[in-house]
Amino acid sequence: MRLSIRHETVYRYDPPPSQLTLRVRLFAVDNAMQRVEAWSVRVNGAEIAPMLTNSFGDREALWRAPEATGQVEVAVEGRVETEDRAGMLGRWPPHRPAVFLRYSPLTGPDSGIAGFAQTVAEASDGLLPMLHNLNEAVADAVEYRPGATDSSVTAAEALERGAGVCQDHAHLFAAACRFLEIPARYVVGYLHDPDTPLGDTHAWAEAWVRGLGWVGFDPTHRQSPTDAYVRLGSGLDAFDAAPIRGHIHGESSESLAADVAVGMEQ
Amino acid sequence: MLSRTAESLFWMARYIERAEATARLVEMGRRMAMLPGAYGQEEWSSVVAAAGAGAAFDPGERIGEAEVCLSLILDEDNPSSIRACLDRARNNARAVRTALTAEMWEGLNDGWRWLGGVEAATIQQDLPATLDRIRSLSALFRGAAQTTMLRGERYDFLSVGAFLERADMTLRLLDVKYFVLLPETGLVLDSRDRYRWISLLQATSAVRAYHYVYRGDFSPSRIAHFMILNRDFPCSLAFCYSGLRAALNRLADRYGERHDCHATVEKAVRQLQDREMDDIFDEGLHGFLLEALRLNAQLSGELSRAYHF
Amino acid sequence: MFDEMTGEGAGIRAPYSEIAAWIEASGLDTLRRHTAEAEDVFRRIGITFAVYGEGGDPERLIPFDLIPRVFAADEWRRLERGIRQRALALNAFLQDIYHRGEILRAGIIPERLVYRNAAFEPAMVGVNPPGRIYSHVVGIDIVRTGEREFQVLEDNCRTPSGVSYMLENRECMMRTCPELFRGGNIEPVDVYPEELRRTLEEVAPPACDGDPVVALLTPGPFNSAYYEHSFLADLMGIELVEPQDLFVDEGLCWMRTTQGPQRVDVLYRRIDDAFIDPLSFRPDSLLGVPGLFDAYRAGGVTLCSAPGTGIADDKEVYVYVPEMIRFYLGQEPILQNVPTWRCSDDEERAWVLDRLDELVVKEVHGSGGYGMLIGPHSSAAERSEFAEKIRRDPEGFIAQPTLELSSSPSLSETGVAGRHVDFRPYCLIGRTIRLVPGGLTRVALREGSLVVNSSQGGGVKDTWVLAD
Repeated sequence: MRLSIRHETVYRYDPPPSQLTLRVRLFAVDNAMQRVEAWSVRVNGAEIAPMLTNSFGDREALWRAPEATGQVEVAVEGRVETEDRAGMLGRWPPHRPAVFLRYSPLTGPDSGIAGFAQTVAEASDGLLPMLHNLNEAVADAVEYRPGATDSSVTAAEALERGAGVCQDHAHLFAAACRFLEIPARYVVGYLHDPDTPLGDTHAWAEAWVRGLGWVGFDPTHRQSPTDAYVRLGSGLDAFDAAPIRGHIHGESSESLAADVAVGMEQ
Repeated sequence: MLSRTAESLFWMARYIERAEATARLVEMGRRMAMLPGAYGQEEWSSVVAAAGAGAAFDPGERIGEAEVCLSLILDEDNPSSIRACLDRARNNARAVRTALTAEMWEGLNDGWRWLGGVEAATIQQDLPATLDRIRSLSALFRGAAQTTMLRGERYDFLSVGAFLERADMTLRLLDVKYFVLLPETGLVLDSRDRYRWISLLQATSAVRAYHYVYRGDFSPSRIAHFMILNRDFPCSLAFCYSGLRAALNRLADRYGERHDCHATVEKAVRQLQDREMDDIFDEGLHGFLLEALRLNAQLSGELSRAYHF
Repeated sequence: MFDEMTGEGAGIRAPYSEIAAWIEASGLDTLRRHTAEAEDVFRRIGITFAVYGEGGDPERLIPFDLIPRVFAADEWRRLERGIRQRALALNAFLQDIYHRGEILRAGIIPERLVYRNAAFEPAMVGVNPPGRIYSHVVGIDIVRTGEREFQVLEDNCRTPSGVSYMLENRECMMRTCPELFRGGNIEPVDVYPEELRRTLEEVAPPACDGDPVVALLTPGPFNSAYYEHSFLADLMGIELVEPQDLFVDEGLCWMRTTQGPQRVDVLYRRIDDAFIDPLSFRPDSLLGVPGLFDAYRAGGVTLCSAPGTGIADDKEVYVYVPEMIRFYLGQEPILQNVPTWRCSDDEERAWVLDRLDELVVKEVHGSGGYGMLIGPHSSAAERSEFAEKIRRDPEGFIAQPTLELSSSPSLSETGVAGRHVDFRPYCLIGRTIRLVPGGLTRVALREGSLVVNSSQGGGVKDTWVLAD
């Protein structure tokens, strides 16, 4: 499928901070499931280029405001040819997957997660079926309810509340996997969903399956990523995988507006 | 040199001068309040206004010697107090500790520690001694800088800060007179007024110097001339500006680059050279003082832009 | 018990012959007078940096013991080989775990001990620091228990402190007791700052195209080691910068100077990982330079030590250093580890809990001699309190036997008496490995005490390595 992406994020600061730096990870790259035909990231109209590829294979750019700025617009535009490969990404990037056994502040285990993960594991036979069961179990345990949580909610808290958004699903999936000694990571990307457009980025998870490599799971949609998905980047959790992080000098109030449109092209 | 180092040296010098200036203001208030016919309240209010510490008092609050001394000397929450100035001077010194000589640091640190131990009662008992000690503290620091510090860019930034602040101090002292003396047209002085002008000289430790230059003839015009246009008196505006110009020129030579601040100070020095005191009085002393204070603020801004701090 | 001067009690050991004669010839009064002079010198040198007037001992001097600790040339040669070996292995370990993880795959070190360790930095995976060097200054804490028995207590791979004392102790000794140095028999240590600067220059980043500009990054004057930071920066002739002096632009690191931005190529940072860069690490940090970690990974600036280096001096990882030496260097370790039991292991914990009265228990993430139980010197109440702590957080503790640290003649209230000492040499790793012959000897000045930390009544001594 050929997907077009437009993603705009606008930050407003009052008063304009004297110094402002953004770290941007909004660069989709080629992988087993997608080929990037065109991609651009602009900050306040000027195109920025990545300066490095990070540990997770994602590209990062840095942008520093040339002067005190009250408004910053980050605009992504791209066209990606996608392929449905049942979520199988392969070994990418080539670093050791075992690093993703690591817990993170938002995916630390507690007794709730331990019990949840063990129940799924005991009812499953074989790694891959277990992961599919886990995908369903996460969706069952945490009802999708927009606005139910905010970005600081941990996997354990989301499980306890029984409601959340895609971020909470991906956190819970990753936390359960890591508890079961399966490397897992948190993924950010775009989803083409013409019926209920998200208007924002989407999140899912990937687990390491020996022999297959990284395999994606999207508990929110009870499936593995298809050709409707465009993968942007990954990390240990949502905070770690954030596509944009900013830092300002001094005290300013900040407001944020984002819009994402994913369309199908010929 | 790191901009932060330059900035710290600049502000350290300013705060030390400011602490001294505030001590001189208090001294002047004390002298004026002792004059026959003084109201006390009025004189002290003018000191508070000149120190820029009006915000430290509630409207209608009694402003007498005890209150003003406490507020201007010891009150940490009053940013213009001597204690607050020394705190900030020392914090700046600490941040650039290795840019200072041991003598400078010890002079400042000892003074800071001493003031830390001073209590309200001490001041009430012996205000003159306290004020003397504060003035000698900055004299000690200046002396240490002069005799131990390498004449490099660090010394230049220190000088720039000191001259700029001292120019400010002189302008503020003159302004106290303005607050007390309304209107200021007459060149004939009543005795109280005359003493007020003299107290200005006393506050700048300049009575003898004044006598030496003007042979004891106290007139507002001459006193103002002494404090504004005289090129030999170290607290005069003209003296401070030429010191400022010299320090800035050394920096320009060192770095091979001139900035807005160089043009501004050059112009200011030239203008003072051409001025006559009578013209200043004709145009209004207060207006002149305000304009000079504005120029100081402009210079301070231009400096920080030029040297990135 | 081994004494540095008298060995097992069979007369004066050869390296101490001169010291013993000097003690004898001087007499107590002279030694005490010299000590007073030394403290005076210290105050004068140190006062340049002292920040007094803020409570506590106004001049914050660590007690200085006049009687030097001495190594013979051949003793030092062996130590030196052992120190270099260890520093190499620790760097090889860091390069390995942030890349292929061979030692983990070989099953020598448990994967989870590394990957789940707070000190492991996932964002360093795949990053290649210049020269593949992560830890540029390795401080190794060594204790001696016999004529040939040296044991490593712990490694310090991030920013080991205390080297300023090595330099000042020597300076002070040369001023107060110049007669001791007349024979020219003592290896000098004052080349350290220059060697450190060279080491740092050698790891300039790929983007550096001229003479590398090196700066020392300090958290600022309120840091307890600020004195050392300014001391070293001065002796190296480099800028002492704080985070607010730096910014990152175009993938490079710049310092704000009175003449505009100036490039910085190498940062000897004495600031913790968490505070390097608020965009990559702790976002709430007021310290830090936004984008610095990106500039580092993109080869625009070198950070010494590399972020994530702390995993190599983790107290649990320490247990495996001898294995690292065998695995990466194919050599037998020259310096031994102290036997260590990890309380995270059920069997080892049970063993430890049975023997709390014999062992030293340390917090895995503790330092400075705090959070430590010295079994033989502890009360039953302290032991039961510690047992409870260990049960609650088994991964937080390790245990070691109570070592009979060697003693070294020191000046006490009653005269010259043996006091326990340890030793920290500072190994520099750039394109080559440099080791200044000497280090910091810390001494537990309280009789019988085994705690040498200055926060707990420890002092320092000059350390001599004798020339051949």
